[in-house]
Amino acid sequence: MSKIGKIARRTFLIGSAAIVGGVAFGYYAYKKPVANPLLKGLAEGETALTAYVKIDADGITLITPRADSGQGAYSVQAIMIAEELDVELDQIKVDPGVPSRAYYNTALAQEAAPFPSTNDSFTANSMRGVMDAMMKFLGMDITGGSTTVPDGFTKLRVAGAVARETLKAAAAQKTGVALTDLRTSKGAVILPDGTSLPYTELAAIAGTLDPVDEVQLRDPSTWRLMGKATQRFDIVSKSTGTQDYGIDFTLDGMVHATVRTNPRRGGAMQKFDASDAKAMRGVSQVFEISTGVAVIADNTWRAIQAANSIEIEWDAAPYPAEMDAHWQTLSDSFVADRVDSTMKDEGDVQAALEAGDVIAAEYRAPYLAHAPLEPLSATVLVQDNRADVWTGTQIPSFLRGNVADITGLDKDDVHIHMLMMGGSFGHRLEARVVQEAAEIAVKMEGTPVKLTYSREEDMTHNDTRQIAMARGRGTVKNGQVESFDLGIAMPSVIASQMGRQGLSVPGPDTQIVAGAWEQPMRIPNYRVTGYRAPELAPISSWRSVGASSNGFFHDVFLDELIQAAGADPMAERLRLCWHDPSRKVLEKVADMSNWGAPLAPNQGRGVAFCMSFGVPTAEVVEVTATEDGIRLDNVWVAADVGTVVDPVNFENMVQGGVVWGLGHAILSEITYSDGMVEQDNYDSFEAMRMYQVPNIEVAGLENADQVRGMGEPMVPPAAAALSNAIFAATGQRIREMPMNKFIDFV
Amino acid sequence: MQLTVNGTNHDVDVEDDMPLLWVLRDELGITGVKYGCGVAQCGACTVHINGEAVKSCQISAADVESPITTIEGLGNPDALHSVQEAWIEHQVAQCGYCQSGQIMAAAAFLAQTPNPTDADIDDAMSSNLCRCGTYPRIRAAVKSAAAKMERA
Repeated sequence: MSKIGKIARRTFLIGSAAIVGGVAFGYYAYKKPVANPLLKGLAEGETALTAYVKIDADGITLITPRADSGQGAYSVQAIMIAEELDVELDQIKVDPGVPSRAYYNTALAQEAAPFPSTNDSFTANSMRGVMDAMMKFLGMDITGGSTTVPDGFTKLRVAGAVARETLKAAAAQKTGVALTDLRTSKGAVILPDGTSLPYTELAAIAGTLDPVDEVQLRDPSTWRLMGKATQRFDIVSKSTGTQDYGIDFTLDGMVHATVRTNPRRGGAMQKFDASDAKAMRGVSQVFEISTGVAVIADNTWRAIQAANSIEIEWDAAPYPAEMDAHWQTLSDSFVADRVDSTMKDEGDVQAALEAGDVIAAEYRAPYLAHAPLEPLSATVLVQDNRADVWTGTQIPSFLRGNVADITGLDKDDVHIHMLMMGGSFGHRLEARVVQEAAEIAVKMEGTPVKLTYSREEDMTHNDTRQIAMARGRGTVKNGQVESFDLGIAMPSVIASQMGRQGLSVPGPDTQIVAGAWEQPMRIPNYRVTGYRAPELAPISSWRSVGASSNGFFHDVFLDELIQAAGADPMAERLRLCWHDPSRKVLEKVADMSNWGAPLAPNQGRGVAFCMSFGVPTAEVVEVTATEDGIRLDNVWVAADVGTVVDPVNFENMVQGGVVWGLGHAILSEITYSDGMVEQDNYDSFEAMRMYQVPNIEVAGLENADQVRGMGEPMVPPAAAALSNAIFAATGQRIREMPMNKFIDFV
Repeated sequence: MQLTVNGTNHDVDVEDDMPLLWVLRDELGITGVKYGCGVAQCGACTVHINGEAVKSCQISAADVESPITTIEGLGNPDALHSVQEAWIEHQVAQCGYCQSGQIMAAAAFLAQTPNPTDADIDDAMSSNLCRCGTYPRIRAAVKSAAAKMERA
């Protein structure tokens, strides 16, 4: 059992403060001298106070700062607080709170440190500590990198425990009963005679007390909520059409806006003719903004119709106009002066390659849109020296700065209101829709403006997944993999993404090799080299980021070598794997899939493994080669996140991650022609539909020490397992996505 | 023009070619109906017209002569439709943005096909996109809903 003791006040800063009629726990007071040296860099005069637990006469509110784009973040954060607070989930409200540095994301910074998550050495841990300090300094209140659970796993439970113990102290003071004779249950302190004192009635007294320092986190064997099936907060609203999303938000007097911006991303606008648009019904204004043209109307459809009628001449894009040149750029990047990192280099790869018959292969992964089903929108009101923004976002703190820059207001006068997101997958790590809405709102001061993108505007201006290419060379010896040399070339996602926020990130971009270099395999001669290609079209974090392409490259190339060695794909991976939790996920999928059991000649099974975001994940895909093409029959997945906090949601997210990985691998790509994205809607950017979805069986293992998130790690192995299964069924090796360019699917 | 939505009559004054989707959302404030693509690819805007599942982005309001039911009219948190009950039991939703349309498509389908096979379900539900990939749960929920509706 972990004893947190004074760490609660120093590291987690669970202070408390009296509020009207109650108490708020988790207040983070920047002005107070604090023992934690990492906090010295914080700005003077920062007055934002934030809370995780707020109790007043109206009830109990849990603050869940990580944003919910559908991954169940609000529920899982509330479960972790409620476990220690001793409240039932139907006794509480959840609120995403306001953006603040107090909610800095520790876990995300750890993932950026250049050490594999299997490395617990002093250097690795201290480097992770430095990244933590940087993240805190920058105030990156970000949701991303599958970090919601790891980031909150200790601090949210501590927040709940400190609140519980302080409420008990309030009850002791009120009743004179000794603290040790009190217990808590269902949102109340219980006296020895069974009298129940609701937290709401103790809150005012608790607000006058110093929070209790000494708390113990409960042993997992006593958990009531964590690890148990619970009902998500939003499941009823999302099944009855009563859940409001950003796109549904309205204010009195609000006008509807849309934009047309250069389809040749980053190019300027030469001129436009909006005479038809201005004459259309419901259109009040058409004006130029920094990225193109904005239309203001009294209805979304009217705004979109008018925008489509505008004739615009656009300048060229700064990147190559045609795809051939994008691929050529990657192909030309496998050179010494483009080496970004060689973080894996074991044995003597060069000598091994010279000594054996080299097996070589080249792999490709295309640009991909995020394309969440809710098009991007943002509502902004600039009035009385303040700006209010209502939107679904993963980066509220960045948005405050962006809107402050555009409006000329102080950051403290910019208020971000977080709304539910109809999906994101990384799309809402970008600021453009809010920046444009703010620019429009400045011109419409005093009038609330909702900017909604048409699907076409959204899809053709997506900051896509990276385009990537890999070249593998390797040898086999005595039925085993002897050498493995993989080079991966892509532009830097982090440079492109952070560049749009005016930030440059020094050093190698670990995402160029993520999902490849840190695999816990022991191959005698083993090298992974990252090549940083020049910047091409804008790219951003797409569910699982670098690993989305690299997990495919690494594991398919490994499968090719194993096949060349004549070894069993499962047995050879197990032989090579040195990391116990990783071996266990492989053994688990072998068991679940009945690996080795005979199949019909036209069937095939493929296994893939990828460690990404610290989560070892193994997947087996089973396919049948039918007359109509490849049919996906079954998928078995095993992943180890240390602790499964919310098992129902875990299963749902794992299945969704597999569908995401398989669907894009089979069907999807974004391509440029004449500098413009060629796919503008779901008819050309296709996604997996019900008829293609296999049975997907899920196992969550809990052997790993660290708690990890599962939003992204299910994606990287899916495409590889499919390619490996198709090879097993047909003998055809598919090294490029989307795979339907090379083989038919049912 | 006159529209009957969830049993209520509305007088609306819009262009003849304005899709029903936008009349519902922006003129009448019925926002359970979602905009996803505007070109009949995603099904997020699915409503019932005379009991038939229709993509409301593809029909102009002026062409609607029969009563319209949206997700809000199918059932509500206090009086759930069997399909909504099944969606809650299986905890289908992730982001939930497509689920209004999925539920409306499933409700119309099951009203006409009470004992669907797996292939029937795949056929009927394949015009609705779910980017989160909740398909395995949708499949299970449709089967549960079919069983519930048969018992009812």
